[in-house]
Amino acid sequence: MCTVPIRTVLTVITATTALVLTGLWVGYNVNMLPLDASSNAPTYDALFKVLFSIGMVLFLGIVILLVYSLFRFRRRSGDLSDGLAIEGNLPLEIVWTAIPAIVVLFVGIYSYDIYERMGGMVALNDHSAMAHTAMDHSAMDHSGMASGEVSQARVWGGIGGAGMDAAPTGAVLPVEVTAMQFAFIFHYPDANITSGELHVPTGQPVELHMEARDVIHAFWVPQFRLKQDVIPGQPTVLSFTATKAGSYPIVCAELCGPYHGGMRSTVVVHEPEAYATWLQQNSPASTTT
Amino acid sequence: MTLANPSDFNGNLQPQGWLRYFSFSLDHKVIGLQYLVCGFIFYLIGGALAGAIRTELATPLSDFMPRDTYNEVLTLHGTVMIFLWIVPVVNGAFGNYLIPFYVGARDMAFPRLNAVAFWLIPPAGILLISSYFIAGAAAQSGWTAYPPLSLTTPAAGQVVWILSVLLLGGSSIFGGINFIATILKLRRPGLKLMQLPMYCWAMLGTSILVVLSTPVLAGTLILLSFDIIAHTGFFNPALGGNVVVYQHLFWFYSHPAVYIMVLPAFGLVSEILPVHARKPLFGYTTMVYSIMAIVFLGLIVWAHHMFTSGTPPWMRLFFTIATSFIAVPTGIKFFNWLATLWGGKIALNSAMLFSCAFIVNFVFGGITGVALAQVPFDIHVHDTYFVVGHFHYIVYGGTVFVIFASLYHWYPKFTGRMLNEDLGRLHFLLTFIGFNLCFAPQHWLGLNGMPRRVAEYDPTFTTLNQVSSVGALLMAISTIPLLINVVVTALNGKVAGDNPWNALTPEWLTSSPPPVENWIGEAPLVTEPYGYGQHQDQPQEVQA
Repeated sequence: MCTVPIRTVLTVITATTALVLTGLWVGYNVNMLPLDASSNAPTYDALFKVLFSIGMVLFLGIVILLVYSLFRFRRRSGDLSDGLAIEGNLPLEIVWTAIPAIVVLFVGIYSYDIYERMGGMVALNDHSAMAHTAMDHSAMDHSGMASGEVSQARVWGGIGGAGMDAAPTGAVLPVEVTAMQFAFIFHYPDANITSGELHVPTGQPVELHMEARDVIHAFWVPQFRLKQDVIPGQPTVLSFTATKAGSYPIVCAELCGPYHGGMRSTVVVHEPEAYATWLQQNSPASTTT
Repeated sequence: MTLANPSDFNGNLQPQGWLRYFSFSLDHKVIGLQYLVCGFIFYLIGGALAGAIRTELATPLSDFMPRDTYNEVLTLHGTVMIFLWIVPVVNGAFGNYLIPFYVGARDMAFPRLNAVAFWLIPPAGILLISSYFIAGAAAQSGWTAYPPLSLTTPAAGQVVWILSVLLLGGSSIFGGINFIATILKLRRPGLKLMQLPMYCWAMLGTSILVVLSTPVLAGTLILLSFDIIAHTGFFNPALGGNVVVYQHLFWFYSHPAVYIMVLPAFGLVSEILPVHARKPLFGYTTMVYSIMAIVFLGLIVWAHHMFTSGTPPWMRLFFTIATSFIAVPTGIKFFNWLATLWGGKIALNSAMLFSCAFIVNFVFGGITGVALAQVPFDIHVHDTYFVVGHFHYIVYGGTVFVIFASLYHWYPKFTGRMLNEDLGRLHFLLTFIGFNLCFAPQHWLGLNGMPRRVAEYDPTFTTLNQVSSVGALLMAISTIPLLINVVVTALNGKVAGDNPWNALTPEWLTSSPPPVENWIGEAPLVTEPYGYGQHQDQPQEVQA
């Protein structure tokens, strides 16, 4: 072990450096993602680049090592002898236990940080309030600790980003989303507008309160990098802040029946002024439709 | 522990010749081959269903088959491939054939239970497929059968699906109990646990998972059938049921099911690599511990399938961390396999090519798997084609490649004849290119907005979907050289001899094909199944 030729050491160091640089270059220059149109999309993309780079380094490293071994140690014709009788090497095995452990630990901590920045750790609601108003299921109350909260519906999971980048520009815009076979319906409680498309302004946090009528659906906007199941009997919440004006697809991502593939809608992101115009044109006070 | 008296169950009462493959044979080798051939037939059926899916997806519109038929096809494809091809073959077929040899026994611990376990599979499979024709409409809610969708789609097909999966689950549990008993209790005197070939450890770990988690699936599906037939409300939100509870129960089995499909493949590769690299398996002890670590971690990661199901933040975090850590024992295994190859005398035959391609494919699938374990990453790509690509890299690129490697490696033992290497390399090339062409583009599709289980999609995704469909066509074509190879060589292939690979594991220390009771005389005591390079001139001495 202690008499490794200096040339070998140099080759290994050079190869490893080249590999890491290649992985980083690919990870940061090959774009695999659609447009980033919400405040958490750039955060997501940063995580993606890190994971892509690490994955690239590991994948290329292992494949190169494998292909090199297959050529370097191929059996020459007529050679019927065995290879070296090496049954193990404890230091080596400790090294390659430690490498994935460190990588995984780093990835875990980093993605926790990303998750927190995306608002994942913000408690949306009192999670101890287990009771569900709509069902009035007394059996479920046993695990509910705060009896005073019984009247309050539990809101499930979701990325609760409402508080994180709450710009002082405006309060949270609440929208009620109803999913059914095979459509999304958006209701604006403040303006009393019901729409088949979601219209939101840039820069203002939006909070979707979602519930399904029939089966499970999922609300997904690829350009926002966000997805949340819409579940019958269990309201869910999803928050986001759109950053770039434009029209983006809303896709149902949970198998919901024969027309699942056709269950799509559009989110139209307006500049704040254009949004105000839309709001005015569509509010029941100004139009009869 | 005394060996069971072979004459108890292997007398002249069993049919001889080819007829025994259609009989209630108690011979573990016959049962193993029954599993293999039966599984392969279902592989062709599942493959035809996959072909139908890729044909539909060759164009953005839903124009090849009716939409509800498409959902039936994707449900049957998943169910057939998992429960009738991969699980029975990688466990039942190779497990039954090899485990008794590896522990030095003449048969499995419970031969009758073994035969029952196999004979549950053909009726369950026929039941499942026939639901398409008889019940009017087969199950349409995916292999996951999430309620309330599974409660609202045509009930007859869904109930038949449940019955079929229950039968297959029962078969799996019987097999698991049998493997645990055989490995722990039927070992030849003098053979220590830490001297067993690695496949035994893989099957021990797998069987523990089968026995612990499959009953949970069975219970869940029985409750689901109550909801459908008797209108109970376990999972029906209209009656106060909870749909997310179903998902927890379902994935408590179905995530370990991934390891039930993959761990035996790890074991088989650990047998194949040392033989064709002429080197001992590197790091035997750490390999054993990593299998057991995967078994333990595999049981506590299920909710990573539910990151968008309204799962609370603390649960998302716990399952992210637990899932990520599976990469550590899995990584150890891959580094150990690379170290096994390093410094060997590698024969690049079909068995080796498929095994090495398994390493490439599985590392790729493993890396996307660690990414998927991260909640923020998963929230974007969950239920998209990224996930479809990922799990096909695991179960096809991983396990199915290993099944093919194993076929080339053990076919001489099964039949006494060699498979043709040229056809084998052609089979490999078509499979490897077709597989990567089919599933690599799906990662991009998922990242850019294509959800899974859709019959129609945004026209911007057309090109890559067509690339994927061409890949699927190549995979379909790749079965032709395989089928020709198997049929032709079975009739007049090169005679293999008892041990064509000069292997040291015990199944090669008998004739090919082996006699009914595995060995003439006493079973050999093989304490170093990977002792390559120690006795350069002759295979390891057999101590009888």
